Amino acid sequence: MSTVTAELHESPAEPRTHYLNASYGIRSWLLTTDHKRIGLLYLATITFMFLIGAIAAALMRLQLIEPQGALVQPETYNKFFSIHGIVMVFFFLVPSIPATLGNFLIPLMIGARDVAFPKLNLMSWYLFITGCCCMLYAIMAGGVDTGWTFYVPYSSAYSHQHVIAAALGIFIAGFSSILTGLNFIVTIHKMRAPGMTWFRLPLFIWSMYATSVIFILGTPVIAITLLLLGLERLLHVGIFDPRIGGDPLLFQHLFWFYSHPAVYIMILPGMGVISELIPAFSRKRIFGYTFVAFSSLAIAIISFVVWGHHMFVTGQSVYAGLIFSVLSFLVAIPSAIKVFNWTATLYRGSISYEAPMLYALGFIGLFTMGGLTGLFLASLAVDVHVNGTYFVVAHFHYIMVGGAVMAFLGGIHFWWPKITGRLYPDLWARFAAFTIFIGFNLTFFPQFVLGYLGMPRRYAVYPAEFQFYNVMSSAGASILGVGYVIPLVYLIWSLRYGPPAGPNPWGAKGLEWEKAPSPPPTHNFEEIPIVTQEAYDYAGTSGVAHV
Amino acid sequence: MPAQAGWRMSEAATHEANPTGLAHQFEDIEQQREASSLGMWAFLVTEIMFFGGLFASYTIYRALHYSAFEWGSRNILEVKWGATNTAILICSSLTMAMAIRSAQVGKKKATTIIYLLVTMLFGAAFLFIKLYFEWRQDWIDGFVPGLHWVFTSAHPSTVEPGVQMFMCFYFFMTGLHALHMVVGLGLLTVLVIMAARGRFTSQYWAPLEISGLYWHFVDIVWIFLFPLLYLIGGRYH
Amino acid sequence: MTGISQFGLALAALIPIHPPAASSIAEGVDQLYYFLTGISIFFSVLIFTLIFYFMIRYRRRSPEERPPDTHTSLALELTWTLIPSGICAILFVWASMLYIQNSRPPAASTEVFVIGKQWMWHIQHPEGPREIDELHVPVDEPIKVTITSQDVIHGFYIPAFRVKKDALPGRYTSIWFQATKIGTYHLFCSEYCGANHSQMIGQVFVMSRSDYANWLSAQEKTESMAQQGQRLFSQLGCESCHLANATGRGPSLAGVYGRPEKLQSGETRVVDENLIRQAIIFPNSVLLPNYPAIMPTFQGQVNDEQLLQLIAYVKSLGAPERTNGK
Repeated sequence: MSTVTAELHESPAEPRTHYLNASYGIRSWLLTTDHKRIGLLYLATITFMFLIGAIAAALMRLQLIEPQGALVQPETYNKFFSIHGIVMVFFFLVPSIPATLGNFLIPLMIGARDVAFPKLNLMSWYLFITGCCCMLYAIMAGGVDTGWTFYVPYSSAYSHQHVIAAALGIFIAGFSSILTGLNFIVTIHKMRAPGMTWFRLPLFIWSMYATSVIFILGTPVIAITLLLLGLERLLHVGIFDPRIGGDPLLFQHLFWFYSHPAVYIMILPGMGVISELIPAFSRKRIFGYTFVAFSSLAIAIISFVVWGHHMFVTGQSVYAGLIFSVLSFLVAIPSAIKVFNWTATLYRGSISYEAPMLYALGFIGLFTMGGLTGLFLASLAVDVHVNGTYFVVAHFHYIMVGGAVMAFLGGIHFWWPKITGRLYPDLWARFAAFTIFIGFNLTFFPQFVLGYLGMPRRYAVYPAEFQFYNVMSSAGASILGVGYVIPLVYLIWSLRYGPPAGPNPWGAKGLEWEKAPSPPPTHNFEEIPIVTQEAYDYAGTSGVAHV
Repeated sequence: MPAQAGWRMSEAATHEANPTGLAHQFEDIEQQREASSLGMWAFLVTEIMFFGGLFASYTIYRALHYSAFEWGSRNILEVKWGATNTAILICSSLTMAMAIRSAQVGKKKATTIIYLLVTMLFGAAFLFIKLYFEWRQDWIDGFVPGLHWVFTSAHPSTVEPGVQMFMCFYFFMTGLHALHMVVGLGLLTVLVIMAARGRFTSQYWAPLEISGLYWHFVDIVWIFLFPLLYLIGGRYH
Repeated sequence: MTGISQFGLALAALIPIHPPAASSIAEGVDQLYYFLTGISIFFSVLIFTLIFYFMIRYRRRSPEERPPDTHTSLALELTWTLIPSGICAILFVWASMLYIQNSRPPAASTEVFVIGKQWMWHIQHPEGPREIDELHVPVDEPIKVTITSQDVIHGFYIPAFRVKKDALPGRYTSIWFQATKIGTYHLFCSEYCGANHSQMIGQVFVMSRSDYANWLSAQEKTESMAQQGQRLFSQLGCESCHLANATGRGPSLAGVYGRPEKLQSGETRVVDENLIRQAIIFPNSVLLPNYPAIMPTFQGQVNDEQLLQLIAYVKSLGAPERTNGK
């Protein structure tokens, strides 16, 4: 059966009162200020939004089986890819790890009872679901067809779809993430337990801190950009309209000023999860802790000065291109440093193969591939050829799906026992992880080839010579879809039928494992712990967790 | 169970024994105060980035349409209203600071309340001047892009496209600022109610302080808006 | 070996992995691409192999295992920081040099003008012939393409030439290429532009010089773009102010194209297509010193095609002697 056994010499009984059963009823959930419950509220919401985005993706891949389009007219396909992008970026990936795992774990990992502003935390969730409702309204009222990038003048003066509703949804959800980032920054600065110095923090916290910096600096810019777009659409004035002296490229600069750091919002938390999983399943301290920690900060900072690489073919000056190119190469280095440090952590470790570890190892490989293909895009001469093609699509899906989503799944599996007090069937979990890995590569690797061949993105129909790779990609997508459904099934199953997990089924280090039961009580710790050890201090233990 | 109840009891006990409003997630009032302050500063950073996008766009367009922006500023906006509003806001920041001070040194709650109300009065005056003397006049004269724009060749200038851009920015920037003022007035209302209920003591005045930070920030944004919008044309009248 | 390479060629024909290399820069771009691919394969294989190897070699053999506490090595950190940095530096320099080279059209380029609109490409040759969704060009000649859009942003993309540039409303962008292989190649719109974005595609016909000359003369006889521009110039009344002898209310336009001019605002700009367009649409934003702001705007009176014709006319009034650099 499962090879995950509670490797403890004694197994404390599951606590009788914990955060899940401390109070019952819908009001106790909808009015909760407990960061753990809020994390679960987010989990339910983003899972739902993921399903919406996934259905849009499925419809896209079905359409692309045939060169002349197998399913729908181009106008409808344009809505599919727009909805897929908007929902996946703004309503799934951006909140995913921060709002679910971040909310749940940050106070536990630093030894606090809650975040700094619990009521603000709840308001963040309400803002988020308000944003989701706006977006769902936009979808149900007929959709939006501008692409997730909303380029003007198409989105301001030409599209007849529900641009304002979609933009409003993103705007509101943006405030949700600003407040979440703010909450996390204050929490991490001010609420660490005694002895929890900055360099004893788990690397997940460093990643969340870096992510939160991007949240508060970047998100307001997309907010004002979408506000201006909405005003232009509503009032028919054009600050991006060339006919009154406006510049459509200004929109792109403003948009990408947020949206590039946003992609680091989407990957940094995933990297943080991996930095937790690798030591836990190698029973070793992470290699190069300081380097990994500072790499997170470096990525966050440099991410703000590379936005122009999305605009290499817009007619910007050669000098601007050179500057953005060199900075884009620079931002790759800290990521490379992390990959090498994670790999080095495995060296002479004691490695086990539970599902979270499989996701983590898959992440490292796929993120490496995705990151390397980013170098293609940073290289000016090559980017001219592949910009706007499926090469870019493949690149970012390797990072977002092969990276961020796999990290998310790995994290959910890793902390599932802590969150729910239950174990899931690990064999099924490993099977799902393999299925996802294979389906993913089959879906997206052909798209690199398609891109270099010249197939542009956002095409509802395409020349027949591209069909072979499109069919391969769609076939892979069906496998990937199956892979995603399986965890949904056994994780829900485990809520009722999974065996009790005990406080530390993995034998991992960290306050959430060593000082809190599974599930934790509402107030997290009986007594605030006093921290005396470095993070991931596996050496000196016998591989056996101490409670 | 006992631990849970014990924790809840100690929270209630804490609240009664210590009416300083210590929230349960904090260990002591000092941590709470520092956290609130850091939270407000972080929020103000987000506001800087929010306005920053607008200021950046304004800067770019001003460079592209230099004479049009000058013309619009000189001929459509009136410096006397902008200057009056600047003075009003600076005074309001003073009264806000006085309100915080009076709570800090433990004066009667009436003193704090009066200073808060005067601040609100200044804020309302600012909005009144903007809405009635400036925006309403712009509407009548046909200087509101998108809603009522009647800039025709009868106007002694041929810089129209840039002027419309300038007025777009004028309304967007002052409009966003005015919206923040309204939110500020709401905050002040809440503070007045809290003060009336005697919530502020010489140990606990954090809400006043962080609201003050917000109010001063809104003031500072105006300090930047005023010269960029009103003073770039020269020949003030 | 020939059997294998024949098989490889057959496979490549059946399952293509890169587009035809039909321009003078295409092979250079492909070489850089192969280098990038090589690096990517190397590091991916390295990481995957290490992971796989460590996974097996260091698998947990008993629950009581105590791994050693190796967790830091400055030497390793520096190595795997500096080597990737070095590789990135090489890539940056190589790619940038190609890019800079590819951004400067050779001096004697033939010109073609493209207007993108939803959802087709309008192409005009300076000799006058127009095409829609088709571009005929001679082989082995550098061609400078000036691109704009009539409505939303489009992307002018010829994969076989490895060139792409956005078509922006209200502005001109440009690319250049020199086709090296006779044939027919795809033209795509690479920037999403609405409903029929995926159908905004066309073909580029690369022909031999003589075939191209035949094709040109077989087209319907029209005036050249410069002639059409000259006609517009007098119809719209431009010549009443822009007298050639510089005594008019507006400056003379003889030889102005390509010349740096200091504007009233103080900045110096080279008179190119964009500046001429700006002068026609927003005249008072690009005034020359000592000229009053009396030129009316022609926005709404000239469409994008006519603007290009007017610009062609102004260009035909002579360029100043090229000294150095330009």
